[in-house]
Amino acid sequence: MTSASDTAAATATGPQPAASAGAAVPKASFDGWPVALVFGLMLAGWPLVGSTSTWLTLTMAGLAMGMIIFIIASGLTLVFGLMDVLNFGHGVFIALGAYLATSVFALMSGWTTSPELWRNLVPLFVTMLVAMSLAAAVGWAFERVLVRPVYGQHLKQILITMGGMIIGEELIKVIWGTTPITIEMPEALRGVVTFAVGSDTAAFEKYRIFATLVGLVVLAVMLFTLNRTKLGLLIRAGVQDREMVEALGYRIRRLFVGVFVAGSALAGLGGALWGVYQHGVLPQIGSHVNVLIFIVIIIGGLGSTMGCLIGALLIGLLANYTGFVAPKVAMFSNIGLMVLVLLWRPQGLYPVANR
Amino acid sequence: MTAALLTLQGVHTHIGAYHILHGVDLAVPAGQVTMLLGRNGAGKTTTLRTIMGLWAASQGAVHFDGAAIGGKAGQLTTPDIARLGIAYVPENMGIFGDLTVRENLLLAARQARTVEQMDAQRLEWLFGLFPALQKFWLYPAGKLSGGQKQMLAIARAMVEPQRALLIDEPSKGLAPAIVQNLITALRELKQTQTTVLLVEQNFGVAQALGDHVAVMDDGVVVHSGAMAELAEDEGLQQRLLGLSLGAHA
Amino acid sequence: MLNRLLSHDLPRNRWLALLLAAIVLGLAFTPFLFPGTKALNVAAKVIVFVVLVASFDLLLGYTGIVSFAHTMFFGIGAYGVAIACTRIGPTWGAVLTGMALALLASLLLSVLIGLASLRVKAIFFAMITLAVASAFLSLGSQLSDLTGGEDGLTFKVPEALQPGTRYLDGPVLGASIDGRFLTYYLLFFAAAALVLVMLRIVNSPFGRVLQAIRENDFRAEAIGYRTVVYRTLASVLSALFATLAGCLLALWLRYNGPDTTLSFEIMLDVLLIVVIGGMGTVYGAVVGSALFVLAQSYLQDLMKLASLQLESAVEGVPVLAQLISPDRWLLWLGILFVLSVYHFPAGVVGRLRAMRGAAR
Repeated sequence: MTSASDTAAATATGPQPAASAGAAVPKASFDGWPVALVFGLMLAGWPLVGSTSTWLTLTMAGLAMGMIIFIIASGLTLVFGLMDVLNFGHGVFIALGAYLATSVFALMSGWTTSPELWRNLVPLFVTMLVAMSLAAAVGWAFERVLVRPVYGQHLKQILITMGGMIIGEELIKVIWGTTPITIEMPEALRGVVTFAVGSDTAAFEKYRIFATLVGLVVLAVMLFTLNRTKLGLLIRAGVQDREMVEALGYRIRRLFVGVFVAGSALAGLGGALWGVYQHGVLPQIGSHVNVLIFIVIIIGGLGSTMGCLIGALLIGLLANYTGFVAPKVAMFSNIGLMVLVLLWRPQGLYPVANR
Repeated sequence: MTAALLTLQGVHTHIGAYHILHGVDLAVPAGQVTMLLGRNGAGKTTTLRTIMGLWAASQGAVHFDGAAIGGKAGQLTTPDIARLGIAYVPENMGIFGDLTVRENLLLAARQARTVEQMDAQRLEWLFGLFPALQKFWLYPAGKLSGGQKQMLAIARAMVEPQRALLIDEPSKGLAPAIVQNLITALRELKQTQTTVLLVEQNFGVAQALGDHVAVMDDGVVVHSGAMAELAEDEGLQQRLLGLSLGAHA
Repeated sequence: MLNRLLSHDLPRNRWLALLLAAIVLGLAFTPFLFPGTKALNVAAKVIVFVVLVASFDLLLGYTGIVSFAHTMFFGIGAYGVAIACTRIGPTWGAVLTGMALALLASLLLSVLIGLASLRVKAIFFAMITLAVASAFLSLGSQLSDLTGGEDGLTFKVPEALQPGTRYLDGPVLGASIDGRFLTYYLLFFAAAALVLVMLRIVNSPFGRVLQAIRENDFRAEAIGYRTVVYRTLASVLSALFATLAGCLLALWLRYNGPDTTLSFEIMLDVLLIVVIGGMGTVYGAVVGSALFVLAQSYLQDLMKLASLQLESAVEGVPVLAQLISPDRWLLWLGILFVLSVYHFPAGVVGRLRAMRGAAR
């Protein structure tokens, strides 16, 4: 046994691999192929789009859209990975977030019409907060009432969460009505930031920059939580082998509810951002985005956060490129991408072990 | 005989329509190693899983240190059973392949929030027993060899002091040299006077480690007694296990 | 003889038998019993839905596959007839050509989908079918040259079926004997035949294997049944029946558009009916469709009445009135659906049949 001082030194930084380990010990090697795929798509888009400035604009728009989709989908993939629950009603939280955005904006119209940036940001942050909290509350109720009784029964889950979505959508129609509601972009976030590219100009919508920043913050918080905290460790382990985590003494059922609620909150946040991005909401906004989300998490691998991010970016980029080059095939291009990815990796870009 | 820390009385377990345990009576003495032997399909794994609450006993009772943890008297959830100080090493080892060795051990150390908070002395001891752990500290556990994974699984169960360990077929599929390492490591565990219930098909391992033995067949315990007794009686071995010590030495 | 006709799958419960008899007889004699175009339309819708829902149940209830792409085949059938009649002209040849092409297209697609369902897990599959269905819907509105886009296609049917064609000058027992009358009975007998065929299929050895696969596909494979083959066959059969239902609908409506057959609402309706009626029973489709379509058509009027009454009573509370507005009928259906999944997993039919067990 080592002496007390050695032990103290070891404790300071935690046990390290023995110095005499010989050749460098390979750590977890990062699988970069899917990331390369994103860059590949961006590169492929360039000649198809034609002009560099347009390409830059579309790429930025695609990445922004991708970040919003990532925010929405990240909760769903974790919920499935950890709890083996597929929530077909995830769209409810999206719709809720989007509609709440309309209400907040309507109430705070004084702030949104002001030309000062900071005054414009306030309603946005209020919207995000309200959307997250209410979506979290609804999520909690959803889990309690609809999902909890059918853990482990996939067929019933699909049916019940679909039912929940129908009910949710109808209730939204009851509260907000069935006609589409437009959202006025706050003054200072309207318009674009341009810069010259050769003889053309590329334009980045200011709002999209904001959305991307929010997305990056969410990503950073998620990655930090998952990789550097014990809670994150529990979630990652639970995604792989729920039973073993319980056998190690952790009451993972409680964690489920927390993750479900967090996932719903994220969906609400994403929904609010999406509603503003689209400049308006429809009652079907939830189901529309739902399909996109499903494609994203299938591409990414059910349960993988990284996969979800890559999948979302790919879909965002693809939507913008095809929207410009060949709008009619937009939906099919998503499915085409999904089929291609599944042919390459049947479990998604980053399959989760033990599934 | 020392008092039993863990007892099963008349335990039946059903999995869906299948009736696996048909009234298991088992007493695991405290501070000693009890071997649970038997053919494939005898119900050994089911017994361990029933104790851990992963499958609920449909009849009978499971007691730990006098308190009911399973069966009609009251069924605790698996995490609560684990928190009583029972560690479980399943047949498939339950290693989290995507997590590093470090993360696997941290997860098992319930008292520690970070690696720094883990008991350094205990870790040193484990490194001494299982050098591979230290060598592959930051390596994803899924990339370890079978034997190394088994070592990690057992180390996980030992990273904090436990009152009882349930280990399911640790030597399965391992090369003889690795099995020797395993026996050495488990012998050290024995020194700590932890109660162990070890399922094994390898009679050599069983004989090297066991103080007591229980033999199962068709979902019931058909023999229980001191290991030394069984080791000496080849005829009994033949009858119960269909083999003799010589076959595995 | 009735036994043989129903492939030995009797209702096995007095109430269920009465209900079924009432529905069948009601549908058989609608033109005489319930005069007026609305009643006839409702009845035709019931007939079409019975076939559609039963075909979906073949997939969901008997084989255990969840697919949201079912309305795709419904749409293919309807568009097949619609496009053929528009392009070629209102002749029987066109109708049959359209039907044949639609069946072929459905055959190919369902084989693809059936095979795909085996490469991926059930949850994956459900999500993928959702995506495919959305794509198909957008395709329907995008290919406007072929499909008439959002507006759809209005077309003429063969002369024998046209409403203007009169066979007898005066009404017989309250029903005017014209092309409409003929179309109605074409639908009725075609649907009846299809339902009986489906009964035969699910009660055959093939049907039993499907149920075995639903219960435990691993075991079915172990016993020696190639689940791939059976599942694909079930997908194909289910798709073909749905296609035929679509053809029938097109003939009745003389119109087809994306919302008529491809919309997600219809998929949800089918799902609701299957669950409420009873999964894994053809009778569930019959009872469920009848109840659903009747409710959808007539309950809404009741709700409108109630909501108008309530509006005057609760002047300042718009939300309350909105809750029972007839447009929000789906809300209550959704609640009923969720309750059914929990408490009546075997649906109405299952409940009724179980009652017989208890009475013994």
